[in-house]
Amino acid sequence: MALDALAFQMINGLASASGLFFVAAGLSIIFGVTRIVNMAHGAFYMLGLYLAVTLADRLPGPLGYWGGLLLAALAVGLLGAAVEVLLLRRIYHVPELYQLVATFALALILNDAALWLWGPEDLLGPRAPGLKGSVELIGRRLPEYDVFLAFAGPAVLLALHLLMKRTRFGRTVRAATQDREMVAALGINEALLFTAVFALGAFLAGLGGALQTAREPANLNLDLAVLGDAFVVVVIGGMGSIPGAYLAAVLVALVKALCIALGTVEIAGLAFNMSKLTLVAEFLVMALVLVLRPQGLFGRPQAAAARAAASEAPLRPMGGTGRALALAALAVALAVPALATVWAYAPVLALDMLIAVTFAASLHLLMGPGGMASFGHAAYFGLGAYGTALAATGLGLPTLPAFAVGILAAGAGALLFGWFCVRLEGVYLAMLTLAFAQIVWSVVFQWEEVTGGSNGLIGIWPDWPFDSRAGLYLAALAVTVAGLYLIRRLIFAPFGHALRAGRDARMRAEASGIDVARIRWLAFTASGMLAGAAGGLYAFAKGSISPETLAVGRSIDALVMVLLGGLASPAGPVLGAGAFTLLQDTVMRETDYWRALLGALILALVLLFPGGIAGGLSRLFAGGRADG
Amino acid sequence: MSAPLLEIDGLDAWYGPAQALFGLSLTVARGEAVALIGRNGAGKSTSLKAVMGLVRRRARRLALDGADISALTTHRIARLGVGYVPEDRRIFTDLTMEENIGLARRPGRDGADRWPLERLFALFPNLADLRGRRGGAMSGGEQQMLAVARALVGNPELLLLDEPSEGVAPIIVEQMTAALRELKATGLSILLSEQNVALCEELCDRAYRIDQGELGWSGPMAAARLTAD
Ligand SMILES: Nc1ncnc2c1ncn2[C@@H]1O[C@H](COP(=O)(O)OP(=O)(O)O)[C@@H](O)[C@H]1O
Ligand SMILES: [Mg+2]
Repeated sequence: MALDALAFQMINGLASASGLFFVAAGLSIIFGVTRIVNMAHGAFYMLGLYLAVTLADRLPGPLGYWGGLLLAALAVGLLGAAVEVLLLRRIYHVPELYQLVATFALALILNDAALWLWGPEDLLGPRAPGLKGSVELIGRRLPEYDVFLAFAGPAVLLALHLLMKRTRFGRTVRAATQDREMVAALGINEALLFTAVFALGAFLAGLGGALQTAREPANLNLDLAVLGDAFVVVVIGGMGSIPGAYLAAVLVALVKALCIALGTVEIAGLAFNMSKLTLVAEFLVMALVLVLRPQGLFGRPQAAAARAAASEAPLRPMGGTGRALALAALAVALAVPALATVWAYAPVLALDMLIAVTFAASLHLLMGPGGMASFGHAAYFGLGAYGTALAATGLGLPTLPAFAVGILAAGAGALLFGWFCVRLEGVYLAMLTLAFAQIVWSVVFQWEEVTGGSNGLIGIWPDWPFDSRAGLYLAALAVTVAGLYLIRRLIFAPFGHALRAGRDARMRAEASGIDVARIRWLAFTASGMLAGAAGGLYAFAKGSISPETLAVGRSIDALVMVLLGGLASPAGPVLGAGAFTLLQDTVMRETDYWRALLGALILALVLLFPGGIAGGLSRLFAGGRADG
Repeated sequence: MSAPLLEIDGLDAWYGPAQALFGLSLTVARGEAVALIGRNGAGKSTSLKAVMGLVRRRARRLALDGADISALTTHRIARLGVGYVPEDRRIFTDLTMEENIGLARRPGRDGADRWPLERLFALFPNLADLRGRRGGAMSGGEQQMLAVARALVGNPELLLLDEPSEGVAPIIVEQMTAALRELKATGLSILLSEQNVALCEELCDRAYRIDQGELGWSGPMAAARLTAD
């Protein structure tokens, strides 16, 4: 490895670290004061970049360029303030999970807003006036702009430090990060403070995006990519710590730089292309930090999450009515192939529904009884799909063993990632699951030799007797019913009791001898395997898969299905998945702006029907009103 | 007779679904010091939080200086001249003593700032040497004094004090008692939640006893010791 190559990659790395740091710092400040993890923070970054490209292009001269960048960041800050006033104020009191999905819904809407305003093509901004050249460093030419960006990070870090230490606003933010109520009891207007903090956080993200104008084109995938990276940085640095965010951003960037600079190395006669390992390296850094310091490098140990005492009705074994309903549903499901003669689309739609039900049920096991909200469940769905597909096409295995390979692949992934995830709670867990899913997605996307890269894999067809529409459908039905049955058995077994005990009162459960982390790890793995089964079915049903199969959108679909059905009811995922698939296959197919539609649906759900369909139905049948 | 400074009638309060106060009624007149006594868990702290709007509450009447405050948010109530010293002090541990004070400083309703640092340090001499000390690095007694000082620089007319003697050394309790008597002499109204009956007797004119969230007894402070609980 040449030293100049490393130095070059390091400056390049520090330049990207700056942008990442701005986003992570904003995320951290907002979380500190409002306790909301803003899933739309990546969208703010993306909007900052789009706005800056547009403004820097339109405004004349160097002043126009730099002014445009600043204006773009300010506009995003203003948008942040508006979002706080219009949306967040309504969700400060809802459970954490709903806050997460609500801000994610906002991200979906903002993404479609960008699509509508700027179109689907990538947009490249003008080069920065005054910084178009390059400087010489150890015989290599470095873009001046990268050097500038590498310095912008520490400069903003210093500015933030001074803001926090020297200004009244900063002191108020620090005080509110510790104890919001007490700040209000001193006569400080909490609402105004929250708006200001959200605006500041959004401004930072917007600035991070705007400063990338001369480096990378604006595109619609940036929001989630940046969000995943920012979560990794925040988990490493410690939530709430600004210096931690910078250090972590630099650490991740440097490890990546090192990998790229190393290039292809030979270890024990095998050639490794290290530059393809950058994602794995990022994961390894995060894993190492989490093992050694679960709260992150600069974070404070998490207080046991004070769970909003959502008084959940105790689970009861299915009564006579429930059993009758389940049997009736099964009878209808069995009759679907016969429907094909009158309505050809019925088996296709029904197969989609079964896959969705299995997927949603797997997530529901994790979120309901397990109390762990995964924002990255698509990873296991995707591992199942790719595992099945590779076994069927690459290894040429018959259908059933290929399906089993898929489930095992998903189980192995869940076993590995779950080990880390179950040690965290609430929003930390959600962030980590999303970050892992981003990593899996990127690996699948980049590992072309095996996964086919962005083209994916094609020609995944099941053999006899599953090669007919009815055959595959009935097999999927069997898998779904078996999955649901297993989940029910698990929930009512001692395992299920222990899982719920760990969810409701972790300390108490541990005191009574339950190894909560282990129980949760098992649940995570079981859930991952079931998601893998759904993924395997999906691969056979579609015949082809691509990275889209395990993109973040699928994780969110699962979340929406579970929430739509209702978290508290075991029937929730069935109802939610059914309703969602119907909606997706009918309404959403018809529009380019399905993300915004989905976002609006989620917001309506969170703001108006927090109990989901099942909650609404049982409330209807109980004839009573919910006790507010 | 003019209206009392604080007037509470039929106050209910909840933590989540659990009700903690049931129809509590009490008044504090201008310049008066009133004690809230009762066992642990009776609802003394909750009463003070309910006045500040820190718990979900409902009342037939909840008024400050004749004006209804039942629909106001916490910061508005504070700005109307209510100082709050919470039971666990809730000092901002990351900020220095002086920053804790600075954050809380705001003029009274008459626009006057009656509490420059010199006057605070005259009241609590221990604090004078601790200006740059981080809140987290202060002793329990020092934090308690800081908590009272932090409430005073908001220039309140009514001070809600939650167990200022809890968990601090006897010598500090003595200093605290003297300081509170001095405050009362300046005309400040005080509502004191306290288990230490001796402190109450030193300071208060009247007392209310809360039993399991309900008003159990009320009368002159001198008679409080005689009421069985
Ligand atoms: N944060 C809280 N959440 C739930 N219940 C609480 C909380 N704080 C107090 N309580 C309950 O409210 C009742 C009154 O408590 P509190 O007002 O603190 O009593 P006191 O100050 O008289 O000791 C008690 O039963 C207590 O368990
Ligand atoms: Mg108390």
